Amino acid sequence: MQLTEKHKEYWSVNLRMTSILLAIWFVATFVMGWYARELNEIVILGPLGFYMSAQGSLIIYVLIIWFYQRYMNNLDKQYGVHEGELD
Amino acid sequence: MATQTQSQFAASLKRYYTFYTGGFIAFVVLVGILEMLGVPNKILGYLFLFATIMLYAGIGFMSKTADVGEYYVAGRRVPAFFNGMATGADWMSAASFIGMAGTLYLSGYDGLAFVLGWTGGYCLVALLLAPYLRKFGQFTIPDFLGARFGGHLPRFIGVIAAIVCSFTYVIAQIYGVGLITSRFTGLEFQVGVFVGLAGILVCSFLGGMKAVTWTQVAQYIILIVAYMIPVVWLSMKNTGNPIPQIAAYSTALPGVTALEKQFNDKNDPKGAKEESVRAIFRERAAAATAKLAGLEKDGAAFLATEKQKLTDKLAAQKAEATPDAKAIEATEKAIKDFPADAAAAKKAWTAEKGVGARAAPVRPHAEAFAASGKTPEEVEKNRNIAKKNFLALIACLMIGTAALPHILMRYYTTPSVHEARVSVFWSLFFIFLLYFTAPALAILAKYEVYSNLVGSSFASLPAWVSNWAAVDKTLMNIADINKDGIVQLAEIVIGGDLIVLATPEIAGLPYVISGLVAAGGLAAALSTADGLLLTIANAMSHDLYYKMIDPNASTVRRLAVSKGLLLVVALCAAYVTSLKPGDILFLVGAAFSLAASGFFPALVCGVFWKRANYLGAVLGMSLGLGVCAYYMYITYPFFGVNAPKWWDINPISAGTFGIPAGFLGVIIGSLISPAPSKEIQELVDHVRYPSLEGDIDTKGA
Repeated sequence: MQLTEKHKEYWSVNLRMTSILLAIWFVATFVMGWYARELNEIVILGPLGFYMSAQGSLIIYVLIIWFYQRYMNNLDKQYGVHEGELD
Repeated sequence: MATQTQSQFAASLKRYYTFYTGGFIAFVVLVGILEMLGVPNKILGYLFLFATIMLYAGIGFMSKTADVGEYYVAGRRVPAFFNGMATGADWMSAASFIGMAGTLYLSGYDGLAFVLGWTGGYCLVALLLAPYLRKFGQFTIPDFLGARFGGHLPRFIGVIAAIVCSFTYVIAQIYGVGLITSRFTGLEFQVGVFVGLAGILVCSFLGGMKAVTWTQVAQYIILIVAYMIPVVWLSMKNTGNPIPQIAAYSTALPGVTALEKQFNDKNDPKGAKEESVRAIFRERAAAATAKLAGLEKDGAAFLATEKQKLTDKLAAQKAEATPDAKAIEATEKAIKDFPADAAAAKKAWTAEKGVGARAAPVRPHAEAFAASGKTPEEVEKNRNIAKKNFLALIACLMIGTAALPHILMRYYTTPSVHEARVSVFWSLFFIFLLYFTAPALAILAKYEVYSNLVGSSFASLPAWVSNWAAVDKTLMNIADINKDGIVQLAEIVIGGDLIVLATPEIAGLPYVISGLVAAGGLAAALSTADGLLLTIANAMSHDLYYKMIDPNASTVRRLAVSKGLLLVVALCAAYVTSLKPGDILFLVGAAFSLAASGFFPALVCGVFWKRANYLGAVLGMSLGLGVCAYYMYITYPFFGVNAPKWWDINPISAGTFGIPAGFLGVIIGSLISPAPSKEIQELVDHVRYPSLEGDIDTKGA
């Protein structure tokens, strides 16, 4: 089994997208958490720091995973590494 | 079934579960009618308990199987949507269902660490593990470690880690089962544990993963319906808005914040009344402190003088011209309850000193990292400790989520890599439904207590308050401390579990909904316990017995061993639980920290770093587990060592040190030994691509 250049490119695109999404995840969790007191000074939907940790960040997590599965499915097809139809 | 295509299979599943949901709703309505006909609550509780357990048993029986692939991974044909529901039930435990909203009620912002930690971890599952494990596609997590790092040792450490963290976690679940069963049926706790155990075994014994999957889907439906109905109703009743996740922030939270300000303002009428209660608590605490100091100094002699003082007081009261009967009674009671010896006195007075905490001002719900201290510097210092622990706990819970074998195992059951990715999305979506409701419920319940209960008169307390105060003082403790006949906030002590349990009554719903909530809590605890027990039994039967001891065992024998072990493990877990060990929340936290430290570094490096090898995995996993366990041992009070904490990190977040140690171990171990063989490097390529030409096949049989 020899990997082609195309395969390597697929993997690096995947790594890049994974890193970007992890960075968003990190900001939504730890940066928001670190500045929760400061964010609480801003009032949108209640104190913002509280709102983000109770609801906002959770919505971001769901969107991250939704986006990733869609993106990767397209990437699989684009690089010809997708699975055959099941039926 | 064998001739069905995957899409036909998914369509028939949708049909089954739609019928099932309809049937369940009809059942709830039926019980509601029985209630109106005057059937007593206890019978209704039994009906819910046994009807749901019979239902799970029915599904378990229909899913019985003698096929290894079906027993271990449900035949790998669970559609993403249903695997998402099953993972949701597998994931959400009794602690999430019953405890979460209460924790948020009591600790406000700081409790959100659990909400964030238990949802955000799925980003790591989706991005770093699930699709790759699915492509690898065998039966257990130690399978992956064994194949990727070669040799028996990584697999063996994996088995140990899986057993340790799953067993710790399953005890917390069975505890929850026992608690719910005993509360709603009046059975003894120990009996409740074994009734619950029967409920767990009927789901998994005959059909393994296949049966667990289909019961978990059924359990998810019950638990989410049971959680949502009372909250929506409460939101409608108190704010006029049926969507609690909006009403909580638009109406209830501003209301709560305004009331908190009034309660803490001594010039406000409400604040002045609170202050009068707090003053009593301060006095009581000060008196207890003084007595403790006296006891420390004079010992038994001090005790005798104190008792003499009371006797004199009683004599004086009786000698008065118009004796006050109530005061005399109080003094007589004080003499009767007077501690017998120095040890008893110390215990009683230390407890009394603790009421000083109830004199503290109300903590604002939305304030992050509230801290107290004598000087501004001390406040700042304590605040930073709280913030550090908040973030450390989130990190441990998230990484633990992405390392708990009973969750990762679920992604082996989807038909393809793509479905595995989609199914992580559905998993988090179904979990999110409950987790973004819990903070809203906490706020709505607080709004109810602050605006309706506080200020009401002791002569006419709301029914739910007097009911729960009569049932369990640890859940609802209310007393007129300052004798003004009106309820003040400082006069109420609420136990966290009350919030979810009492919501139906607060919202004015009939008892049938309370029974539904109990059934939901039971579903949450049973489904998680099922997944965990199966993980432990599979690790022992598949990895230990089949892969390491007797690789030539026949299929029949493998399944027999698996089922036998399931029974033994379940009985052990129930026995340990009936001894009521320690703090549930700590057990849960410990399971996450251990899983995070033991598995995460080796699993992630196994996929993303080709150079990672045998020595790295062995060193990383043992170092991670070792450091994590060691830190818990030296800092958790239960073990009695009480060494100083490292950087003020609490023992529940021991993974903060275990995870880096694990990564360090993998890196160092891998770099000081030769790179893995070509076959293993090809295995890594194999898991990275959903499909490759001339691909190897790692699917287990």
